[in-house]
Amino acid sequence: MSDQNKLKLETNALNTWCPGCGNFGILFAFKKAISSLIQEGTPRENIVLSSGIGCSSKIVDYLNLNSFCSLHGRPLAIAEGVKIANPKLKVIVFAGDGGTYNEGISHLIHAAKRNIDLTVLVHDNRCFALTTGQFTATSPQGFKGKSTPQGSREEPFDPLRLMLASNASFIARGYSGKIVHLQKIISAALKHPGFSFVNILQPCVSFFNTTDFYNQRVYEMKDCDLGSRQKALAKMQEWNYQENEKKIPLGIFLQVKRPVY
Amino acid sequence: MEKDFSIIIGGAAGQGSRRAGLLIAKAFQSLGYYVFVYDEYQSLVRGGHSFSSIRVSSTKKNSSSSEIDFLIALDQRTWEEHRHSLKKEGQVFYNHDYFQIEKEKRAQGIVATQIVEKEKGKKIMENISLVAFFLGSLGFSEEALKTLFRKEFNKFQEINLKIAQKSFEKSILIKKIPLRKKKQEFSLLTGNQALAQGAIKAGLEFYFAYPMTPATGILHYLAGSTGRKAGIKTVQMENELAVANAALGSAYAGKPTMLATSGGGLALMGEAFSLGVQAEIPLLFINSQRPAPASGVPTYTAQGDLSFSLGLGHGDIVKFLVAPGDAEEAAYWAGKLLSLSWEYQTPSLLLIDKQISESTFSFDPEILKKISPIQIFPQSKNKSLNYQRYEITKNGTSSLAFPGQKGIVVKANSYEHLENGLTTEQEIEIQKMQDKRLRKYQAMQKVVNQVDAVKVYGNKKSSQAILVWGSTKGPAREVAEELKIKMIQPLFLEPFPEKRIKAALQGVEHLVLIEGNALGQLEGLLKSYQIIPQEKILKYNSRPFLASEIKAALNKIYKNERSK
Repeated sequence: MSDQNKLKLETNALNTWCPGCGNFGILFAFKKAISSLIQEGTPRENIVLSSGIGCSSKIVDYLNLNSFCSLHGRPLAIAEGVKIANPKLKVIVFAGDGGTYNEGISHLIHAAKRNIDLTVLVHDNRCFALTTGQFTATSPQGFKGKSTPQGSREEPFDPLRLMLASNASFIARGYSGKIVHLQKIISAALKHPGFSFVNILQPCVSFFNTTDFYNQRVYEMKDCDLGSRQKALAKMQEWNYQENEKKIPLGIFLQVKRPVY
Repeated sequence: MEKDFSIIIGGAAGQGSRRAGLLIAKAFQSLGYYVFVYDEYQSLVRGGHSFSSIRVSSTKKNSSSSEIDFLIALDQRTWEEHRHSLKKEGQVFYNHDYFQIEKEKRAQGIVATQIVEKEKGKKIMENISLVAFFLGSLGFSEEALKTLFRKEFNKFQEINLKIAQKSFEKSILIKKIPLRKKKQEFSLLTGNQALAQGAIKAGLEFYFAYPMTPATGILHYLAGSTGRKAGIKTVQMENELAVANAALGSAYAGKPTMLATSGGGLALMGEAFSLGVQAEIPLLFINSQRPAPASGVPTYTAQGDLSFSLGLGHGDIVKFLVAPGDAEEAAYWAGKLLSLSWEYQTPSLLLIDKQISESTFSFDPEILKKISPIQIFPQSKNKSLNYQRYEITKNGTSSLAFPGQKGIVVKANSYEHLENGLTTEQEIEIQKMQDKRLRKYQAMQKVVNQVDAVKVYGNKKSSQAILVWGSTKGPAREVAEELKIKMIQPLFLEPFPEKRIKAALQGVEHLVLIEGNALGQLEGLLKSYQIIPQEKILKYNSRPFLASEIKAALNKIYKNERSK
């Protein structure tokens, strides 16, 4: 291990997430995954993190790695520019459901279509948290927030199926409460050549505490045929991001080879 | 003898009038003349009416004439639209198979459709027939024509040459345009192509774009053989938001990057522009104006985005804004602004318009020699362990490093930040960082005093002056020289070249502002520096100023002054 790689991963920034926030689990899993990537030989100076605005995006302040904290909804576009300009770099996007599925959804779809070699980690707490609790694209119908006191009228969409339709070559779902499993998914995503997408379910302890909901429903999928779009779709359809009793499969749904942008 | 004459060739979209216009321009350029081609077309793919207006002159002119000497009508509408601009002693050349011009001594018809059909050519080649017929009438030799067409056509060369020869044989010599002694070699470039050349010279590597008229030509040029030969990588993204942000990412990764759009696209990029300022990312934005508000008149020209460009970006914005007035200035300032952006680590905006972007100029490539490549000094290794992207310095600029450099962590941030790039909300730190950017701006203001930020033309001693910016330079300069008055052209609009303009205004008692918008947008800026024009001439019908219009308006103003 070189001196460089011995440098600590943490910064001295004060963490401002709420106690019990799901982001801690994601940060922990990512640190494990990226450390092993560095140990396996990826030079740490070649790692670039891109984030937007929201609780999720604060993560780059807590990681002593190259980073570009950009605008709400735009970290994917920034990341694409970085990767296109210097293909040697390993580029990872951190963003929330609001930024990714509301504000910046066009970039997600097109990045998947291009199969550009990036990893996108969506911290999906299924609400806008930093703006104190409004519904997003993945909030369940009936979500009660300050903008929808009588409950949101809109049904959520399923980001996994959106990614399947957009021809993403790596689609996975993790849970911030299952850190070891999440770390394995992130590691696999980081090693995937092409566009890798991980939707990470995460409770928002302040505005949408889904901890019990997820703990009762999530299960780790057994290794399945990662090359089958039909099987991936069938697994995705087990849960539709609504409030119901359905079990929620976690793991990698699809991993296929496509020409990389 | 001084020569200055104009040709209009027109037809429906799809009849190849633009290509034909360019051929004619090249023909006269080969005789040693300066040419300026203004293209007018509608926002449609087939039909309608498009034309090219070609001005040929022995001294350089960058504007069109109101009267034309030669009209070439590929269809009847061209004749109807432009017959009133044809000089008494002018000539019209037209396709006799489509319509007849009767009782008109100035008309010369040719059976272009029949000639093309006989040679089994494509319908669009009627334009070749008319061009050859026209050039024959002005004394071009058959050999000169063949040389030109051989150079221009790779595809269907033989058919084109045959059509040209048959049409040439039918021409009757009207007058011979003499060969001029060439002083230097010029290329024929649009403003879009010229500015791309300038940026390439400065070291451009990446170009991000979403198509929008009139900036699209830059994308096509850089994606084509010229750009590829220069090693430029072009990327078409899903929308302007993606373009601006990806371009910021590319520059953050260390690559000289440029993007171009028109007003509507720039409006979408405003947030990213502000991010560029806050994160101190060097990036060159081009705004090629077209008539607005909103979609406006997409394929025509205007100078209506000045206020918008001055105000671009939310917050305290630190930027360069330069408005070149012709293709050479566009080339020079595209290169220079790219360099300045990198030197001061902040975005720049080059403001042009359709008139510059899509008109074709006799371009003097000498100007490119004045553009030096961007200097990027990588962070030295011994200082690297404590690298801070936003280190507070005396002049406000911090050393620039890029991801991928061993031992360095580069943290860019859209939030207000500490020297190391981490987010802050502490008032002392916020003030420090704002002050750092302000010191950069002060240094940028000094740059304006060191370069040609303001140009003066015409009679420099005159107490009567006109003040123009951007493409209005072309026609205004002709008028200033003719009326022997002073013309002042600010190239820099931000930082504003106050000292330079005030120096140029020394001895001026009467000032007329001329610009292509309805509100007189530059006037507001001038007034904030206590520069008060006595009168203004505004044009906002989507067409560029003509020298004759400016001259008439000025004469009226001066006549009123005298009778006061």
